[in-house]
Amino acid sequence: MSVPEELHYTEEHEWVDARDTGNVRIGITEYAQDQLGDVVFVDLPEVGKELSVGEVFGEVESTKSVSELFAPMAGQVAAINEAVSESPDLINDDPYGSGWLIEITPADASSTAGLLNAEAYTRLISD
Amino acid sequence: MSTPSPLHEVHSELGASFTDFAGWSMPVRYSSELAEHRAVRESAGLFDLSHMAEIEVRGPQAADMLDYAFVGNLATVKVGRARYSVLCNTAGGVLDDLVTYRLEEDLYLVVANAANAEVVATALTDRSAGFDVEVTNRSADYALIAVQGPASADIVRAVSDADLDSLRYYASMPATIDGVDLLLARTGYTGEDGFELYCAPAQARQVWDALSAAGQEYGLLPAGLACRDTLRLEAGMPLYGHELTEYLTPFDAGLGRLVKFEKASDFVGRDALAARSEAVAQRVLVGLAGSGRRAPRSGYPVVGPDGGESIGEVTSGALSPTLGYPIGMAYVPVEYSDVGTELSVDVRGKSLPVEVVALPFYRRS
Repeated sequence: MSVPEELHYTEEHEWVDARDTGNVRIGITEYAQDQLGDVVFVDLPEVGKELSVGEVFGEVESTKSVSELFAPMAGQVAAINEAVSESPDLINDDPYGSGWLIEITPADASSTAGLLNAEAYTRLISD
Repeated sequence: MSTPSPLHEVHSELGASFTDFAGWSMPVRYSSELAEHRAVRESAGLFDLSHMAEIEVRGPQAADMLDYAFVGNLATVKVGRARYSVLCNTAGGVLDDLVTYRLEEDLYLVVANAANAEVVATALTDRSAGFDVEVTNRSADYALIAVQGPASADIVRAVSDADLDSLRYYASMPATIDGVDLLLARTGYTGEDGFELYCAPAQARQVWDALSAAGQEYGLLPAGLACRDTLRLEAGMPLYGHELTEYLTPFDAGLGRLVKFEKASDFVGRDALAARSEAVAQRVLVGLAGSGRRAPRSGYPVVGPDGGESIGEVTSGALSPTLGYPIGMAYVPVEYSDVGTELSVDVRGKSLPVEVVALPFYRRS
């Protein structure tokens, strides 16, 4: 199960990528998409929405289950991936790439500090 | 610890994800349940259903005993044919829905849902009292493999000498595949033509591999329980624990036609079901169809045309892989059950408009 070294992770199986723009990009991990099965619907927030840490910002539905998406940090939604709304299967095919979900402008610059690194996340999913 | 299927090793080799189902560890999907669903609709899928329970009823009074035990008419089933029926309690509540094969004049094989294996075995044993029959739970002696889809007949024909033209729907015959003796039945739970093969667990791998190899050129895929559920839902088939429970009668579930009052014998549940058949239905099972991509799911409230309070509950639902829109089954009051009635489903706080539609959602052409 791929867990890219350069990303940060949450216990809710999301990945967080701190971009050069100062925004962070968020998606679900390969492990998460594998557990869900084929994703058939994604509900994403409006651009501009303010999120507090831990707030539910959307949902990912597979044929068998629904998973809520949680904001890994406080911030404002800067972009959403329109392509996954059209083709939710991008989340299965390329969870760390074209299957990304949203970008947030974090309220706090050191917002990734409390997140898991790749090693800790790998431990989490192998338990 | 859940029981592995006799085919566990082959599933692992194929990279299956497993789920615990009624005490069994069974493949939920191999790679993509949508691709597996499509394969069954367009070519064929190969399923391991070894979790299903097989109970043998043997003896000179087997037919009489089953007529007493079931609401249907089992004595009129010809040797080599099968019948879908329902086992009820004395209150008319459904204990299980099952397929029964008449293998010989005095030998029937009852196939029960895995979750109800014990309930059915116990009920049949109890109900056999006073009849000259022997009820034996043979579940451990059978693996069950299904090949389902429009190409399934070609695939089975390629590996067996069975005369499939004479094997009608809901019929069975002894057959041999790759040297393995088995029971070949033309039954299924997908809404497609298909076969179910009962064989010894130790030989299941051989049968699976033979079908798998023969299916390659047709695009056959191994298929898990996830797509089995969406396939049966599209075909409008009930699933025990969802559309059927011990608190619902066959009449509630739209299966009243299975209750044969005209048969001569008494049967368990007769009085309660006779009363129920004459009463005005309170709730009935309906099909619901919506638009968009958000699925109604089991347990979600159904709301009436004027909004407000919940009037019923979704029993099964999904975004239909074949149709591309959300479908579901639900129990609603009879006044809201006409085809075309506009209702809505409360999907986690958001209202999904739906319309009552006729079942099944999908019928093979």
